[in-house]
Amino acid sequence: MKYMLLIHSGAVDAEGGAPECGVEEWMAYDKEVKDAGIFVSGESLADLVTATTVRVGEAGERTVTDGPFAESREVLGGFYVIDVPDLDVALDWAARCPGARGSGAMVVRPIADFSV
Amino acid sequence: MDERAAGPDEPARAGVDASVESVFREERGRLLASLSRRFGDLDLAEEVASEAIEAALVHWPVDGVPSRPGAWLLTTARRRAVDRLRRDRTYAARLAVLQVEADRADPAPAADADGELPDERLQLFFTCAHPALPAEDRGALTLRCLAGLTTPEVARAYLVPTATMAQRIVRAKKKIREARIPFRVPGVDELPARLPGVLQVLYSIFTEGYAASSGPTLQRSDLAEEAIRLARILRRLLPAEREPAGLLGLMLLIHARRAARTDAAGALVLLADQDRGRWDRAMIEEGRELVRVALTGGPPGRYGVQAAIAALHDEAADLTTTDWPQVVALYDVLFALTPSPIVALNRAVAVAMRDGPEAGLVLLDALADEPRLRGHHPYPAARAELLYRCGRFAEAAVAYREALEQVGTDPERAHLSRGLAAASAAAGAGSGSSAGSDSDSAAGTRDG
Repeated sequence: MKYMLLIHSGAVDAEGGAPECGVEEWMAYDKEVKDAGIFVSGESLADLVTATTVRVGEAGERTVTDGPFAESREVLGGFYVIDVPDLDVALDWAARCPGARGSGAMVVRPIADFSV
Repeated sequence: MDERAAGPDEPARAGVDASVESVFREERGRLLASLSRRFGDLDLAEEVASEAIEAALVHWPVDGVPSRPGAWLLTTARRRAVDRLRRDRTYAARLAVLQVEADRADPAPAADADGELPDERLQLFFTCAHPALPAEDRGALTLRCLAGLTTPEVARAYLVPTATMAQRIVRAKKKIREARIPFRVPGVDELPARLPGVLQVLYSIFTEGYAASSGPTLQRSDLAEEAIRLARILRRLLPAEREPAGLLGLMLLIHARRAARTDAAGALVLLADQDRGRWDRAMIEEGRELVRVALTGGPPGRYGVQAAIAALHDEAADLTTTDWPQVVALYDVLFALTPSPIVALNRAVAVAMRDGPEAGLVLLDALADEPRLRGHHPYPAARAELLYRCGRFAEAAVAYREALEQVGTDPERAHLSRGLAAASAAAGAGSGSSAGSDSDSAAGTRDG
């Protein structure tokens, strides 16, 4: 069963990264996920100031705006999709992620399966 | 579908032999545990468990109860499940995937030597109390799946409409199914983190039954007894763990006082005024033995310590001969384990008994800004009683009024109203005497 682990960082430093964890910890975690054979996909997102929002109105007109900015405290900084037997295993992997520490939080969401 | 699977005690089946039904309260939980483990799906498990019980209600009165009723029910239920899966190939395909993965994570236990079924209810306790489920649904699900209560019975237990409870149970089961909360017992290394959640669910069922948070009746003994029944099962399933023993002991030591806790009219009787001759001695003895188990062989847990406090009350002939220094010492231990303002409140009341009401008031007033005590009526109620005992009647009346604004059950309201009347009369008379003290409700009736 596939789960998406959404990495939310609470406080963001000047470079847009979570201040609590070093690059080495992230690399070590990434290696662990891949070595365990559960990795499906995963990306880290570029700084929030690079984000752009698009909306399409009823008449088909497109509105493009800068942002969103970090008005809410939690910023989505990246994600993993992993394939594991059940929620407990997914929660274990989320708990080991550096993004779970300090002001960060991980949100675990099952991937909807429409194949059966 | 949920209501159809409600169990053997619906009105339509009234008149069925009570002894046959009593088998199912216990067996239903075991059946559900085995079936959900085997098929990885609680809905299917509930459906076929109910069908097996219906079949038993038809066959057993005619053919006699089989020698191994549990095995008969499980075989019947499994046959129904297989039929159902043959009819519904998509469902079967989904469950087959679930099954392969569940076995990968946690292989199924085999039946033991004499062919008796393994008791797989422990995994169901952990599933129902899973931290990923909403806290308010864990107790409901536990009562539904392990105590064998029907959805309307669970709704009555929590004083909510049946439709509301049915929705909550459906939602909780949907999360179990779709987020795939596993049916498994946590490993030894996970147990310290997960067991308190299960104990908390059972204790919350007990306290809901013991002091209903709202409504006309102070106690709902049947709910407290369900909690005790569940705690006994959990203790049997985890014999090496001390906290389930502590929790069961705590429940028994409090429940032993049930007959003396309300008078004939249903009014609250304080610990000070209870007829201790009506306390259930056999239950107290069992509770004390469990305290011994819970506090032997390692650092104490919170339920073991709370049970020890309850035991000190149960062992005393009256309030004045209660071992208050020991009660205070145990609250110190409890506060170190669970530093909550509720524990601090109970400790303050015990200090008042040991050192006098002024000493207790100093501690209570230090808790005035605790956000968790805001709206918690035992706090102003305890203050009111200590103020009364200090002869500060006008302040006592104010605190009684504050408590009355917050309290939920009618008997507790009546008790506080009597206190308010006494305080108002004394304040009006301008008397400095503090006669007629009937305090200590917080010390005796709230061992949390």
